[in-house]
Amino acid sequence: MLSVDLLSNALVAGLLLGGFYAAVSIGLAISFGQLDIVNIAHPAFVVVGSYVAWILNSRFGLDPVLVGLLAAPLFFAAGVAIYRIYYAAFERTGQESLSGLAFFFGLMFIVEVGLMLAYGVDYRLVSAGYIGKSFNLGPVGLPLRLVVPFVAALALTGGIWLYLARTFTGRAILAVAQDPLALQLMGADPVRVKQFAFGLATATTALAGALLIVIGPVEPSVGREYIGRVFAIVVLGGMGSIGGMFVAALLLGIVESVVSTFAGPSWAPAVAFGVLLLTLALRPAGLFGRR
Amino acid sequence: MKLRPSAFWVCAAAVLAGGLALTEVLNNDYYFNALYVILQGMLMAVAWNILGGFTGYVNFGSAAFFAVGAYTSIFLDKYFGHVLPLPVLIAAAAAVCALIGLAVGYLSLRLKGVYFSIATLAMAIVFATLISNWRYMGGARGAYILTPDKHLWFHSYIQMLFMAMLLLTVAAVAISRSLVASRLGRGLAAIRDDEVAAECAGVPTLRLKLVSTTVMGALMGVAGAPYPFFVTFVDPSSAFSLFVAVNAIAMPMIGGTAHWLGPVIGALLVGGAQQVITVTVSSELNILFVGLMLVIFVSVAPQGIVGLAQKFWARRRAP
Repeated sequence: MLSVDLLSNALVAGLLLGGFYAAVSIGLAISFGQLDIVNIAHPAFVVVGSYVAWILNSRFGLDPVLVGLLAAPLFFAAGVAIYRIYYAAFERTGQESLSGLAFFFGLMFIVEVGLMLAYGVDYRLVSAGYIGKSFNLGPVGLPLRLVVPFVAALALTGGIWLYLARTFTGRAILAVAQDPLALQLMGADPVRVKQFAFGLATATTALAGALLIVIGPVEPSVGREYIGRVFAIVVLGGMGSIGGMFVAALLLGIVESVVSTFAGPSWAPAVAFGVLLLTLALRPAGLFGRR
Repeated sequence: MKLRPSAFWVCAAAVLAGGLALTEVLNNDYYFNALYVILQGMLMAVAWNILGGFTGYVNFGSAAFFAVGAYTSIFLDKYFGHVLPLPVLIAAAAAVCALIGLAVGYLSLRLKGVYFSIATLAMAIVFATLISNWRYMGGARGAYILTPDKHLWFHSYIQMLFMAMLLLTVAAVAISRSLVASRLGRGLAAIRDDEVAAECAGVPTLRLKLVSTTVMGALMGVAGAPYPFFVTFVDPSSAFSLFVAVNAIAMPMIGGTAHWLGPVIGALLVGGAQQVITVTVSSELNILFVGLMLVIFVSVAPQGIVGLAQKFWARRRAP
């Protein structure tokens, strides 16, 4: 019997998970969707965010989400530094496609193995008042360790969306995505705008990482599973579109949750990549594409 | 850097003879283990370079071909009750992976650049999930393989595997070299430089890309086929290891992607250093080392070692 309880639980859990996926993907939606920087190391940065949250939480008992916010400026600076290297080595010479990909691929390994060497391969988890608690809406259970990340992710996505749509610098980021030359003619420096945007994209990983470790235990190579998810979400959402990205994240979360409830969790990793392959093969412009 | 055909074949024969001599002289199996790993990396690197270096399509899914090659041997070995000889398994793995390569080639029809790379990464994960859920092949728990007792005239099984891998790698280098020197290789280079322009100039881009992905797939399958007998235990996380994929990319990038010699040099350097680091320090550090080398080389010397050498010679010749 296909129980309604099971299905509604899977749907709600998927929706909450999908919101969290949006928080993980929003940085990539900026760097890959807007700036055309194929940051494969993005999920690895998210895992670094998790480790920062874990360290501060276990040492000083700080709330992980708060740590995520506090660490964001540091991540911003790291992102700016990485973009400087990327720009000097690849973008300026027009080699960003092949060499740039390899650069981020190597960076991903360095980050992952660096964490492994420093903290080992054990699963790490954080403690906070709301982890482990849940409340019920009828037959549907709402675990707070999923609700808190969902709300935080909603705030993050909404904030970034407003920022890009309403503020001067936000609109400059959208402009550099459309036509860097035109931006230059308007008297703005595309490199500085891109540098700021990449810093912003990296800053979101601090919060996303904190949310990741609130949802469940984290070990250094957990980022690999997210490569497929984040790229699937950004491509499915239509590259540049933040709203599209959000809808795609919710969709993927729901499909994954339903698949792992009814077919078994071992099939879940294939869902994201299957969605990604299908999108690329059938509709590369995504659901809400610009083209 | 130009090598006359006769000189190349003399070198190849010398390498094979050297390998045979080694199996007579050395009787510490550890050395053959280490050499086998380096050769496996070299074969993967040469294969990767046929697509990645010659046509500029970056394949992140090398591990999928490798693992499908390994699992093809496991399947056939198990299905026919451990009687099939190694060459048959290798040929079967090559055929299966060539087919997958062909499919990937058709994928390149729609997907260019970055999207192609991400799709190959996605393909690797889909295959990994399928095999993790396939009970017959051991699923996520992995499969044990019995090493056959027979090993021709060699002193041990690993010596025979080493010799087989040496032969396969030399063959792969020969294929890669003849590809790049032929008319076909010039077509591939045209695709790398500008696919649209090549198409307009009458280069049959699709057919060339299909040839290159198929050859790449087959060679990677060949690299994976003997792997189960080498390690005797295969599970999805070791066969689909990203480490295989990063090595396949890092070795050609460090050695130089434009020349057939690049992946060979890169593999000798990186593979050799990895063996030394694994023994003297730790195996985690060796992954870190590959990552660092890759990042440094692509940022500072995108043409790789071969490119640096060519530049050096050009400067000496014309002062």
